[in-house]
Amino acid sequence: MSQTAATRAATSETAKAWAAAACVCDPEIPVLTLEDLGVLRDVRTDGDGRTVVTITPTYSGCPAMLMMEVEILKALREAGFEDATVETVLSPAWTTDWLSDAGREKLRAYGIAPPVRASTSRQALFGRDAVDCPQCGSSDTERVSEFGSTACKALYRCRACAEPFDYFKCL
Amino acid sequence: MSDTVTAEARFQYVLRLADDQLILGQRLGEWCGHAPTLEEDLALANIGLDLLGQARSLFTYAGEVEGKGRGEDDLAFLRQEREYCNALLVEQPNGDFAVTIVRQFFHAAFMVPFWSHMTASGDETLAAIAAKSLKEVEYHLRHCSEWIIRLGDGTAESHARTQAALDELWGYAGELFEMDELATAMLDAGIAVDAAALKPAWDATVDAVLSRATLKRPEDGWAQSGGRQGLHSEHMGHILSELQYMQRAYPGLEW
Repeated sequence: MSQTAATRAATSETAKAWAAAACVCDPEIPVLTLEDLGVLRDVRTDGDGRTVVTITPTYSGCPAMLMMEVEILKALREAGFEDATVETVLSPAWTTDWLSDAGREKLRAYGIAPPVRASTSRQALFGRDAVDCPQCGSSDTERVSEFGSTACKALYRCRACAEPFDYFKCL
Repeated sequence: MSDTVTAEARFQYVLRLADDQLILGQRLGEWCGHAPTLEEDLALANIGLDLLGQARSLFTYAGEVEGKGRGEDDLAFLRQEREYCNALLVEQPNGDFAVTIVRQFFHAAFMVPFWSHMTASGDETLAAIAAKSLKEVEYHLRHCSEWIIRLGDGTAESHARTQAALDELWGYAGELFEMDELATAMLDAGIAVDAAALKPAWDATVDAVLSRATLKRPEDGWAQSGGRQGLHSEHMGHILSELQYMQRAYPGLEW
C-alpha cells in the first residue's frame, strides 16, 4: 500500500476500533459508556492489525479499571481486533467536566444527580453543592454522606419526595 | 536538570511517598465494618481506597525507576520492616475515632499543599500522580475538617477525646516537614517539594479548623522521627504481618 492508502486504512480502522471501545459501559454505572464518562481517551491502530486503547481512571483507586480493560479487549475482539492492548494514563487528570451532555442526561434518568459545577470552580472548605433531586427535580435536598457506594458518588436525600439518591461528585 | 540525581535517589524518594499512602490506607482499611456509622464506614474505606490507588501508581513508578524488575506487589508486600520509609504518623494505631480523624487531618492538611506543589515537578510522572491525588486529598481534608469541628464543638466527651488525640499525635507531625540530604538533593534537581516550606500552609489550615472546633493547638514539645530512615515504632511490624500475610503465605499470588 502507498503511504496515504495505509494511513487512510488505519484511519477507518481506528474509527471502527473506537466505535467498538466506545460501546463498553462502566461496570458500576451501566447506563454510561466509557466514552460518555470521558474515561476513553484514545484509540490507535497501526495498519498492521495492532490496536492500542488509552483509558484514564476516574479516581486513583477505582477498582473498576481492570474490569474496564477486560471489557474493552472483549469488545475489540468481537469487532475483529485480536491484537489489542489497553494502556492507562494519569495525565491529564480525569475531571467530571469530561462527562458528555448525553452522559449527564443518562445519569439523571438513571436516578443519579450529575455534577453541578465545573471542576475549576473551587469549593470553599465548608461549601455545599446545591443538588437537584433526579426523581422530582426539587432543590430541597440534603447530603446524607460525603461518600457513597462508589468513589465517584456521594449520598443525598430529597426532602420533597423523601427519596434517597446518589450524586456524582465534582472532580 | 532531572538527570543530576541518581536513579537510586529518585527510587527512594518515590518510595517514601508510596509508603506513606500505603500504610495510612492499610490503617483505614482496619476500620472497614467497624466504623461508628455506616456512612463513616464508607467514608474511611473510600479514603483508604484513594490512598491505595495513589500508592499503586507510586510503587509502579518506583519499580520502573529502580529498573530491577520489581513491580508494585514486590515493593508493597515483600520488603522488610526497615526498608519501609513512611512517616511515623501514618503507622500510629487507629485508637478511637478521634485519633483516626486527627491523624487523617494532619496528613491531608500536609498532602494538599504537597501535591499542589508537586504538580510543577520536573518529573512528569510525579507531576501527573500529583494532579490526580490533589483532587482526592482536597476532599479528604474537607471531610476530616468537618469531623474535627463536629467533635471539638460537640459534647464534653467528644471534645476531650479529640483534644487528647491532638496532644497524642502532635509530636509525630513535625516529621512530615523534614528535609534530609536525599530530599534536599531531589529538591535541587527540580523534582521534590520543599516540605519544610509547607509548614506555614499547614499551620494556617490547622489553626483555622481548631479554632472553629474550640480546640487548643498543642504546644510544641517532644517530637519523634526516624520513619524515613526505616526506624519505626513498635506498631509497624504488626501492620506488616497483616498487610503481607497473603504474599508471605502464597508467594507470587496474583488476583
